[in-house]
Amino acid sequence: MMLSLTCITIVAGAALAGVNMLTEATIAAQKEAQKQAAISAVLPAHARIADAEQTDGMTIYRAYDADEQFVGAAVQTETNGFGGKIKLMVGFDADNKIVNYAVLEQTETPGLGTHIVEWFKNEDKPTQNILGRKADGKMTVSKDGGDVDAITAATISSRAFLAAVNAAYAALHGHDAYTGASKQLPAPEAVEAEDAEILSEEQAEGAEAVEADANPNVSPE
Amino acid sequence: MNNSTKTLLNGIFKENPTFALVLGMCPTLATTTSAVNGMSMGLATMFVLVCSNVVISLLKNLIPDKVRIPAFIVVIATFVTIVEMLMKAYTPAIYDVLGLFIPLIVVNCIVLGRAEAFAAKNSVGMSALDGIGMGLGFTLSLTVIGIIRELLGTGACFGLNIYPDNYGMLLFVLAPGAFIVLGLLMGLFQKYVKK
Repeated sequence: MMLSLTCITIVAGAALAGVNMLTEATIAAQKEAQKQAAISAVLPAHARIADAEQTDGMTIYRAYDADEQFVGAAVQTETNGFGGKIKLMVGFDADNKIVNYAVLEQTETPGLGTHIVEWFKNEDKPTQNILGRKADGKMTVSKDGGDVDAITAATISSRAFLAAVNAAYAALHGHDAYTGASKQLPAPEAVEAEDAEILSEEQAEGAEAVEADANPNVSPE
Repeated sequence: MNNSTKTLLNGIFKENPTFALVLGMCPTLATTTSAVNGMSMGLATMFVLVCSNVVISLLKNLIPDKVRIPAFIVVIATFVTIVEMLMKAYTPAIYDVLGLFIPLIVVNCIVLGRAEAFAAKNSVGMSALDGIGMGLGFTLSLTVIGIIRELLGTGACFGLNIYPDNYGMLLFVLAPGAFIVLGLLMGLFQKYVKK
């Protein structure tokens, strides 16, 4: 009795190990390809992408053009949505304008929250579109006093989405101010670096705070 | 009608797992938000069903009666994990949607039910046929539910837009729609097909 069960489990284990060996490389390659595609999709035209930097659980990929000028960065960020984790890749250009975003992973309600994939990049509807907006780390839905229209019947998913974008901006910016990498940024950005430091402190307290009780009156001025 | 055709068709009509046996309701309700999702879930289950039926039928004389359930579960779990790894590697888009439900095929009562009720008592060939029949029945039911929910909910069929999705009834994509469609289909099936 023991023997037959043991034999079955040994064979099963061996079979699984074999299949794992066969598929492991393909799975890793798939993941990598998916990530690379997302990075390229959200960045402005670039010639080279620097190695990934890790900050606060987020990953930053900085992009440079042929003259080694900083053109933008893609930030991988995640947050808790309505039905689980939402993983995003958000791209900013050198002026902190949002270039594009890609949803890497989400388990929102089909037909409602799943609209985050395309809702915020509808160029025909400026009140819900976030592409081309200058990020300030404080985007909120109109219900919370912001100027981004939330997805109909999916305010929680929309809030989570914007919180993730804000967190991405904070990570990118906080990191800039911290390492003095602003050298690579164009002049107007360097002036704002002081502001950025104050901002990043505020944001470091947690993107959730920004999301949950977004207070339009909180501003560095 | 000879015996093997009977076994094959048994799973599609007389003992259709979804509409007649009412087994495996969790994946049925949860994954049928679109036709493609329903069909993929059905095919994944069918693969596991056929493989586990064959292996269990082969091993039926070697497995002592007292440990047969754990032995069946190990066999089923092995095939489910193989399906999961294969889907992850070769159909990542479908895996992203169904990911959560693939490991749950292990506890899908159809698979264990057929192992216990059919494969453990019949020859390898018949068990394979039973797996194919049951799998087809499950796949067809899930696809039909998926088509109806997708069409009414988002105005598409297999991703092809038939009418603008603004006119779709979102209810059918959400959980209540699953129950409504399943209930009505089950009633129709019992009245017209099962007889």
